[in-house]
Amino acid sequence: MRQENGVVRVLANWAGVLPFLLFAALFLILPTTNIILGAFRGPDGEFTFANIANLAQPRLVASFWLSINLSLFSALLGVIAGFLVAAAVTQGNLPPRLRAGILTFSGVAANFAGVPLAFAFIATLGRLGLVTVILREWFGVNIYTMGFNLITFWGLIFVYLYFQMSLMILIITPALDGLKKEWREAAEILGATGGQYWRMVALPVLFPALLGSFALLFANSFGAIATAQALTGSSQSLITIQLFAQIRGDVLQDPSIGYAIALAMIVITGVANTIYIVLRARSEKWIR
Amino acid sequence: MAYLTLTHLEKSFGANKVVKDFSLDIAKGEFVSLLGPSGCGKTTVLRMVAGFEMPSSGTITFDGQDVMGLRPNQRKIGMVFQAYALFPNLTVAQNVAFGLKVAGVSAAEQQARVTEMLALIGLPDKGPSYPFQLSGGQQQRVALARALAVKPRVLLLDEPLSALDAKIRVSLRTEIREIQRRLGITTIFVTHDQEEALSMSDRVVVMNGGIAEQVATPFDIYNRPATAFVASFVGALSTLRAEVAGPGRVRFGGTEIAVSGALPASGPVTLALRPEAAHLGRVDGREVVLQGTIRDVHFMGSVIRIKAEVGEAMLSMDTFNRADTPPPPVGATAEISLSGRDLIVLGT
Amino acid sequence: MTATIHPARSRPRNLWSWITFGLAVAYFAVPLIGMFEFSLRKRRDVYSLDAYASVLNDPQFQSTFLFSVVMAIVTVIFGIALVLPAALWVRIRLPRLRPLIEFITLLPLVIPVIVIAFGYIRMFNTSSFLPMTGSAMSTNVLLSFGYVTLALPYMYRAIDNGLRTLDVQTLTEAAQSLGAGWMTILVRVMLPNVFSAVLSGAFLTFSIVLGEYVFAALLDRPAFGPYMVAIGGNQAYEPAALAVIAFAITWGCMVLIQLAERLAPHNRAKR
Repeated sequence: MRQENGVVRVLANWAGVLPFLLFAALFLILPTTNIILGAFRGPDGEFTFANIANLAQPRLVASFWLSINLSLFSALLGVIAGFLVAAAVTQGNLPPRLRAGILTFSGVAANFAGVPLAFAFIATLGRLGLVTVILREWFGVNIYTMGFNLITFWGLIFVYLYFQMSLMILIITPALDGLKKEWREAAEILGATGGQYWRMVALPVLFPALLGSFALLFANSFGAIATAQALTGSSQSLITIQLFAQIRGDVLQDPSIGYAIALAMIVITGVANTIYIVLRARSEKWIR
Repeated sequence: MAYLTLTHLEKSFGANKVVKDFSLDIAKGEFVSLLGPSGCGKTTVLRMVAGFEMPSSGTITFDGQDVMGLRPNQRKIGMVFQAYALFPNLTVAQNVAFGLKVAGVSAAEQQARVTEMLALIGLPDKGPSYPFQLSGGQQQRVALARALAVKPRVLLLDEPLSALDAKIRVSLRTEIREIQRRLGITTIFVTHDQEEALSMSDRVVVMNGGIAEQVATPFDIYNRPATAFVASFVGALSTLRAEVAGPGRVRFGGTEIAVSGALPASGPVTLALRPEAAHLGRVDGREVVLQGTIRDVHFMGSVIRIKAEVGEAMLSMDTFNRADTPPPPVGATAEISLSGRDLIVLGT
Repeated sequence: MTATIHPARSRPRNLWSWITFGLAVAYFAVPLIGMFEFSLRKRRDVYSLDAYASVLNDPQFQSTFLFSVVMAIVTVIFGIALVLPAALWVRIRLPRLRPLIEFITLLPLVIPVIVIAFGYIRMFNTSSFLPMTGSAMSTNVLLSFGYVTLALPYMYRAIDNGLRTLDVQTLTEAAQSLGAGWMTILVRVMLPNVFSAVLSGAFLTFSIVLGEYVFAALLDRPAFGPYMVAIGGNQAYEPAALAVIAFAITWGCMVLIQLAERLAPHNRAKR
């Protein structure tokens, strides 16, 4: 094989990754850095904390709070529901075909987020929705007079569950597979019931994975916009919707506040994702 | 009366009958090995005793009590797995105490028993360590301690040494046997390694295709194999084909040899010989002397295994190493002596 | 002795599993059934495909759908051209660069999509060093770049997984020991084996781009996502029909991914 000389070798070594790195630098890192820096840039280009301080206005604080609250509950619900389903399908003595089916479907459902998902729920639980009508005509139960409304905080969480639960199923299944069958048998032979096994061995082993998944689901929910917008219009003022409106038309009468909002969002999701990555690495150590 | 009785156990997975009519009586304190190739059903039998598999038919009794209706966590048995199966989130001490904790034993008593067990397995200061900090051999000892801590009626071991290095395997099997003797606990040991089975057990059950081919002491299994399978599975064997020359006599390589064991009336017959029963040169008491050519010499340390071509057969001979006598060179001619009594009849 | 009756050891466990599974299936299936049923209701008192006809005949649907499909294809091609060489080079020539590359591919998942879109608008507007929002064509290019960025994590992970099962290192060394040059290795050894992984990544990217909303809306391009939102605001039954179509496409992509994975050499060999 031909020996490459020094310069040619260096070029050859980097040739493949250069386009990728260039693209990432120009179309990922640079724009984001620009936004981050913009958060500290005043109207005349000077360095300032004023934009960040302006985040403290009640409308924005309420939005942040709403988004965080929504994401916390959505993540919690998604973790619990997804875990129960994944556990049922991997450990619960169900036919193996069901497991493959649920995993494939979860792959689809996790991507089904956004506008179509909102439409599907409106078509089902909206005022003219299938389930609403069935409950009214067949069971005499009018959920809307009972106070049910899809376009609310909990309605949104109920819809978000669709892709949160499927995402959870996808990421927790490998961790559940890592639970060795022998652990359960060893526990059983030592006298433990199923419940004791879960409490004393399985859940502690899974705990980092569960916590990490919670962080990921939180970040996922926090950054979501299309579903909420299609479902609720702008009536639920999530921070993503606020930012969207601000970018479109400066509704907050402050050209620089958008940067600060974006920075805050990056920080929040960044922290959540870091927690996820750290905990996932930790949990992989035990399940070798 | 036997302590642990297995009667006509059968197990099928779908159309596949993995265990066919298996029966065994085990006395209290006895160490019994189930030996056989993979797929012979030995692990399935063990798991039926543990309660992880339900027999398709047959019964299992511990100390007179039918345990079939009992779940694994109600049978009061201990089990050691091939993959150690230590709980990774608990320390060694917590692992060993697990069964006691589940049973509601007081913390003080747990502590005392854990200390006792760790001393028994020779790891007294590993209590606070986690499983991933221990070597394979150490983990398996902890697994043993964990199984024994609850003072089970029966101890089951499912190929516990298969995942370990050769040296550890040898030292650990001695340890396991010693502990078992000291505690006097009835034990079933599953393995595919016949050296383990022979060296550790009071009795060995050689299994093949779901049935027990022979149940006997290691000595009898080795020296009086009941079937051709047992003869070839346990220990090394050389085979040779001879012609029946009359009642109790065969002809091989121009020599007539008196043979004990059932022979067909006439025709060809396959015989087998243990390597230690063939000798280099003339030896008193070995009346048959054959001429052969050395084809292979394996120096294995204390034992030298020599392969010699004798007629159409390849015979293995095991001789002990002697520092003053180097092994013969390959290609040399040699005399090989053996006794007809040592020839095992395998079939036609 | 006859066999005694054994307790149903695992039956309690099974019951809860079935209940949980059943509830999950109900939750997942009912909205889909609902949206399908709703989409059939356009004509009074009778089920019909009128909503679908209305949608499919809508010139806006046709143009935005076409737009998004073209965008998706462009994104897939560009994404592969970008990620495949990088993944290969990292595996073979520059393993130390791996943490950096993996970090980069994680960024689009960490940084909210809306922030990235915002970044594009501010960075590449008409008064910047690289104006891209001036004309429709250049904005379309910018949009496709945005899509590539969004698809990076999935594309890289698919290709990297494919390479990992391939054991690129050993294959390269084997090929080299047999006298093959780099080009030969790339074209005759790597590409055929990595084809199924690339295909998986492609279908996933296609599915993502087709339904994407935020980027298209903020860059004001006539894509399928914003079209769906507009319809949602104006019409009653058409949104449901659109949702059915979107779901069918997503499902179709998933099936194609499964098929692509079955093409993988290590799966093919099993037959």
